[in-house]
Amino acid sequence: MIIADLFQTLIWIVLAGLAIGSGIAMVVQRNPLYAAISLIGVFISFAGFYLLLGAPFIAAVQVIVYAGAIMVLVVFVIMLLNVEEEVRKPLRLKFLVPAAIFGAAILFAQAAFIVYSVGDSPVRVPNADAADSQIGLTKTIGTGLFTDYLLPFEITSILILMAIVGAITLARRQTVLLLVEEDYDGKKQVERRPVKIDKL
Amino acid sequence: MTPQLSWYLALSAVMFTIGVAGVILKRNAISMFMCIELMLNSVNLTFVAFSSFFNNLNGQLFVFIVMAVAAAEAAVGLGIIIALFRNRESLDVDDANLLKL
Repeated sequence: MIIADLFQTLIWIVLAGLAIGSGIAMVVQRNPLYAAISLIGVFISFAGFYLLLGAPFIAAVQVIVYAGAIMVLVVFVIMLLNVEEEVRKPLRLKFLVPAAIFGAAILFAQAAFIVYSVGDSPVRVPNADAADSQIGLTKTIGTGLFTDYLLPFEITSILILMAIVGAITLARRQTVLLLVEEDYDGKKQVERRPVKIDKL
Repeated sequence: MTPQLSWYLALSAVMFTIGVAGVILKRNAISMFMCIELMLNSVNLTFVAFSSFFNNLNGQLFVFIVMAVAAAEAAVGLGIIIALFRNRESLDVDDANLLKL
């Protein structure tokens, strides 16, 4: 049992290192494509955390939706727009660096507080062994989603429908109907045909 | 010693802060977008950690809905980015500080 606990902690530390390292690499990286690949590393390590927490369904959805669908879309847009590396420019705000140091100090204080106080609080896990917990399974999640959370589920589907329509409307090339006057062997003719314009 | 709830919360706070720093520091619209995704994910980690440690299903259902909203946000956000690039030939958000062309 102690060996298993130790192994779990070891996996946790490796995953945390991967997550924090990839996150920092994503912010430091100037090429958006490399940043996207670092972000996929973060998503994969988060899927590992979900597995450690006994939530296999959420882990699978994380890999499929985030690392699969969303990141493929992002990489596709990066390649479509032919994004170049960011050029080094002076910071927008002069006080950004002191502000960042101040924010980092607050973050460390908060993280220390979380580890110190939550670690000692009398929070008891009712069912500490994740292996025989029914919580993360697909069956329980499906039951919860279609009974207690049926209305949010339906609202989410409407939201996704709206997003599909909105994305198509936004990304579509603007087409207008123009009246085109043309000469066909001497005869004047007016016809209506769609003309593609790049800019509004 | 198994991983504690506090470890997950601290890690989530660190990841969220990295995302905030990215949104503040980055100028490229796509990079800012990815940092926002990172922030959403760190909140998801908190949800799943609480759900698992308190043996309560609701947190994981919230995560599922957050993921659906994130997917919708990705579709619309990337559509906006494409429209922005088409109109301004640049992804730099400092070039797009006015809504008017």
